[in-house]
Amino acid sequence: MNRRSWVKLVVVVCYLAFIMISAMIDFSPGKKIGSNFIYFWADLIKVLPFAFVLIGLFEVWVNRETVERHLGEESGARGYLWALVLSGITVGGVFVAVPVAYSLHKKGAALGVIFTYIGASAVCRIPMNLFELLFMGLKFTAIRLAVSLPLVVLSSVLLGRSLKKQNAGFNPIGLDAKQASNRTGKSELKERHEL
Amino acid sequence: MISIYIITVFAVVVSLIADRRKTVKSLKVAGRKMLKITPAFLTMTIFVSIALYLVPDETISRYLGHENKVLGLVIAYVLGSITLMPGFIAFPLCGMLLEKGVSYMILSGFSTTLMMVGVLTFPVERAYLGTKVAVLRNLISLMIAVVVTLITGLCFGELFR
Repeated sequence: MNRRSWVKLVVVVCYLAFIMISAMIDFSPGKKIGSNFIYFWADLIKVLPFAFVLIGLFEVWVNRETVERHLGEESGARGYLWALVLSGITVGGVFVAVPVAYSLHKKGAALGVIFTYIGASAVCRIPMNLFELLFMGLKFTAIRLAVSLPLVVLSSVLLGRSLKKQNAGFNPIGLDAKQASNRTGKSELKERHEL
Repeated sequence: MISIYIITVFAVVVSLIADRRKTVKSLKVAGRKMLKITPAFLTMTIFVSIALYLVPDETISRYLGHENKVLGLVIAYVLGSITLMPGFIAFPLCGMLLEKGVSYMILSGFSTTLMMVGVLTFPVERAYLGTKVAVLRNLISLMIAVVVTLITGLCFGELFR
């Protein structure tokens, strides 16, 4: 473990200790924070395992050529259309969209398509938009979607292009360590501790 | 929400019928991926639990109704960027604020940044995208939110009132 992980571990332990002591001595801010924490995890657990099972199936079953053909650099406008459709049926939000996007990218989807997917899944998920429609009305929802979706696509194309030009893509924390260990030939072992 | 359960169960069953070994492998991949990202999620949930305590719903309602338009907008962006709530809570809250007299423009800024800009989800984004891309993505999202807000204000005639 490096120093960074140690710091993280200490923070987590302190936090949990704070929550438990608060519960014991009836310290209300600590209890409130603790219940927020539990409430939020309960929410995550309802979605995340299912999302990751789907990601796992995707990684094993879908081959690289298929993803490249439909979402890769050569797919053109169709790739972006697919990204919008996929985002519409995404459940959960950023914390589901980003892992999905990462898997798609690893299988050869273009950067612009990936950013479109992440951005669009923030503004246009059908279940969420139904709530918006219900509470804010058609005009509000229509303006928000009509303005944000084209901007999401445009900015994603530009961001994807500029990153590609710099020859930079995703740079996940820990993947560097994986590449380094690949060179030394003990990839699998180290990879387990990193992302 | 229920749709994801149905789709997942269906997909696993189909996969099992087609190839058992591949299915087991998929589940292993899923488990390993989830284990790897758990620390980032832990950091995020710790942030969220503290932020929700510091900025409860009542505070949001109080500040968004600010008379000064520019200040109200800035507050909407800041609150929208740092807080995090699912759509089925956010939009009912917006609807309630609308009835209290908060403008469409402010609510558009609040809800758009709420969905698109994630200060609290940053640990998770960063783990997958890297620091630079995650920062860029959030900054671009903030700019998009500003454009959306201004056009909403224009369409509802609130911008120059």
